[in-house]
Amino acid sequence: MIEAVGLTKRYGDKTAVYNLSFQVRPGAVTGFLGPNGSGKSTTMRMILGLDNPTAGQVTIGGYPYPKLPNAPRQVGALLDAKAVHGGRSARSHLLCLAQLSGIPARRVDEVLGVVGLQEVARKRSKGFSLGMGQRLGIAAALLGDPQVLLFDEPVNGLDPEGILWVRNLMKALAAEGRTVFVSSHLMSEMALTADHLIVIGRGQLLADMSVKDFISANSADFARVRTPDTEPQLREKLTSALTEAGGHVLPEQDGALRITGLPLPRISDIAHDADVRLWELSPHQASLEEAYMRMTQGAVDYRSTVDQKSGLMQPLPPGAQPPMPVPGQGQPDWYAPPPPQQGGQPFAMPQGQPGPYGAPGAPGAGQPNPYAQPAPAAPQTPAAPPQPPVSAASADLTKPEDAR
Amino acid sequence: MAAIQVVRSEWTKIRSVASTVWTLSLAVVVTVALGMLISALSRHEFDKMSIKDRLSFDPTFISFAGMSLGQLAMIVFGVLVVSNEYSTGMIRTSLAAVPQRGTFLFSKIAVATGLALAVGMATGFVAFFLGQAMLGSHRASIGDPHVLRAVIGGGIYMTLIAVFSMGVAAMLRSPMLSLGILMPFFFLISNILGNVDATKKIGRFLPDQAGSKIMQVVPRIDDDTPYGPYGGLGIMVLWALAALLGGYVLLKRRDA
Repeated sequence: MIEAVGLTKRYGDKTAVYNLSFQVRPGAVTGFLGPNGSGKSTTMRMILGLDNPTAGQVTIGGYPYPKLPNAPRQVGALLDAKAVHGGRSARSHLLCLAQLSGIPARRVDEVLGVVGLQEVARKRSKGFSLGMGQRLGIAAALLGDPQVLLFDEPVNGLDPEGILWVRNLMKALAAEGRTVFVSSHLMSEMALTADHLIVIGRGQLLADMSVKDFISANSADFARVRTPDTEPQLREKLTSALTEAGGHVLPEQDGALRITGLPLPRISDIAHDADVRLWELSPHQASLEEAYMRMTQGAVDYRSTVDQKSGLMQPLPPGAQPPMPVPGQGQPDWYAPPPPQQGGQPFAMPQGQPGPYGAPGAPGAGQPNPYAQPAPAAPQTPAAPPQPPVSAASADLTKPEDAR
Repeated sequence: MAAIQVVRSEWTKIRSVASTVWTLSLAVVVTVALGMLISALSRHEFDKMSIKDRLSFDPTFISFAGMSLGQLAMIVFGVLVVSNEYSTGMIRTSLAAVPQRGTFLFSKIAVATGLALAVGMATGFVAFFLGQAMLGSHRASIGDPHVLRAVIGGGIYMTLIAVFSMGVAAMLRSPMLSLGILMPFFFLISNILGNVDATKKIGRFLPDQAGSKIMQVVPRIDDDTPYGPYGGLGIMVLWALAALLGGYVLLKRRDA
């Protein structure tokens, strides 16, 4: 059990972590989420007694880390996969760490097997890929067979097979009753791995709840409505009618409307009463990714601006339209766009579904592993290019129930 | 308990990187080879020397002439042993495993110092015997008064140079910064300060100038140095201890 109380860290006048209090319980994978620079790594270093908190304290099993008896056998950590002397072999690296913690040398070969690096054990780690480096770091964390494990961005640089392996490893470690604390900035990955979430932004606690609660608290349902592109006045008409009826209307990039606060049948009725034809009326559930972005939007330290490329642009040929900027995370009010409708039935209404928008329940928590499924959506999207697993997972989350 | 674990681990660390072998063998080869060359040249020069120079001719010290360059390799060894932890980021893993930072630092430095002492002693004796062989009829014997003290002192001098570098590296953390300060300091600045009349009085209290006094057997005629060979070595030990203390205090206080 890791417990932080009022943890604060200041570097000069910059506050990296402010008044952070949370508990990480054994027997579960706890995800530690936040944008880059939000204080995740600083918090991890304070847990390990590497950085001294400016105020507050953090304990493991009731002890501050430096006072923890036999610390390296109790706590294992992966802080930085690149923290290896490049000229040293993987085996020597682990051997000197094992000797430092009083762990017998045979354990080194065991963990090399666990992470699948036996083949390259005697090679210099200089030539390792980022993924192999992560595996070496995980091996180091497992050396002491510890009850408390901390992983800082363990899936960075891993291939899909490696990501799946890490996910299963975390779950297995938690199932053995260990405390597993994993930081990441990938919400979609955490949705599949973690049981509990601690979200921070700008060093402050934003959420501390189970994944299930997080989704239901943060993902708002909405409806997407499209009026005929040929008659823009219909769009205006519908917008005012819906607003009058108490709905909240947000125009989307492609000319469609995003409506919250009104059930789907009611939107249809209002459109009918206003004599507006609809080209699309579809239910959506905001993904966990969106929920996370909405929550952390005010707390992002590093934002991109649109690249002006002044002086670099070729003069446009006469009559050509300048390209539209691609919507990106740095722009205000932008959320991850819902994935394209699965082919075949773009306008299909949900049938007999509970919930206002027909997309019930909370996907994600009970979501089966996408690798375990033999591609259920594949027949519906024959033209879709193979997607990386992370985006496939988030696509699953926003997909209407009937399209799955 | 923890100290034994750190010592064992550090021995593995120091053995498993190529830079250890390179820097230490370079220190031996450069010191011995340059010492032999200068000894051989001195034998031919002896007949042309003034009376004053002949009187203060110190065959033992001449055979250690290569140390001015060889010590630079020792500096690199000392700096790399400590700053590798920082440049790779392993310091965090190490300190997470051994939260007692003092135990960690001093056990680490003890291992590197032991190795440097072994290499330094071997260098001292080899440089002496091969240098004397080059000097021919002007040579000194190991049994002559004070000669054994000078040869063992040469080994200790090289060790202390490495220890001082380790302390500086523990304070500065960055290998580039540490080498960028230590190399020009020992190769140029110390020599300049020691040879310009205005700064001579300060220059001779610098670690290398004070420490090298232990390797002299025949004192220079106009020598007015206020300390003897052991006093000089003592000054160098104080420098090394100060560097280590600085490194320890900073490591203890700083965020890793």
